[in-house]
Amino acid sequence: MRRHDQSPTPTTGPLYLRPAYLGLAFLGGALGTAIRYGLTLAFPGSGQAMGAILAINLVGAFCLGYLLEALGRRGDDVGTRRTVRVLVGTGALGGFTTYSTLATNVVELLGSGRIWTGIGYALLTVVVGVVASGAGILVAARTTTPVRNDERTAA
Amino acid sequence: MIDWLFLGVALAGGAGAAVRMLLDGVIKQALGNSMPWATNIINISGSFLLGGLTGLLAAHLVAPELQAVLGVGFMGGYTTFSTASVETFRLMQERRWNAAWVNALGLLVVSTAAAAAGLGLGRLLG
Repeated sequence: MRRHDQSPTPTTGPLYLRPAYLGLAFLGGALGTAIRYGLTLAFPGSGQAMGAILAINLVGAFCLGYLLEALGRRGDDVGTRRTVRVLVGTGALGGFTTYSTLATNVVELLGSGRIWTGIGYALLTVVVGVVASGAGILVAARTTTPVRNDERTAA
Repeated sequence: MIDWLFLGVALAGGAGAAVRMLLDGVIKQALGNSMPWATNIINISGSFLLGGLTGLLAAHLVAPELQAVLGVGFMGGYTTFSTASVETFRLMQERRWNAAWVNALGLLVVSTAAAAAGLGLGRLLG
């Protein structure tokens, strides 16, 4: 690790190096993972589990789009908004959704000879995922009352 | 009664999310924000490692409980689908169509290939 002479204190350094915010991501991530794991246990069998992962990823994509847009429209990324973003967005929704399971599921489908099911599952997840996150963003854009604050001008 | 396996999976997922946040910041600091490199690197590496764990499980080199904690928990929390989707939509909003396609389909293809490579490597060790 490279250390600067004026190394940032835990409360002023970049967010990703601050223990308090990493702790928030940890808490949210544990919660999101617990819900995902609980849902996959409730739907046993590889077919049902893949359906559960699909639903989890799509719901999570919608919710993250909504959350980030709603927070962004309410004001700068500080204070409670920042806490909610890291706890719920980075942590809970990030931990709830999963890319590695998607990739591994696709490999299992392709490997077992179900080529078109694998390709279909992969494309369906990714395309509808983008649509879902976009829908979340648009819903938040329409329902969040914009708050005027000092907008950062594009550098 | 405490379900230790469930708790282990959840806590590992928390650890994965915290590592993701840390690595995301480090990568963005190094490579900039023009493309969502950080999320892609995280998702590709996590897919490779989950594939590897799944291969090791198939080869009976890893106990199912450990695979659950490290795979479902840590790798699940470490990788993220929601951020990847939002980032692709943001690229579309900026009308960077090529970047959006690469981010959506490129990540899908490379992550799947990484998981397949991990799976093959894991089985090879068995």
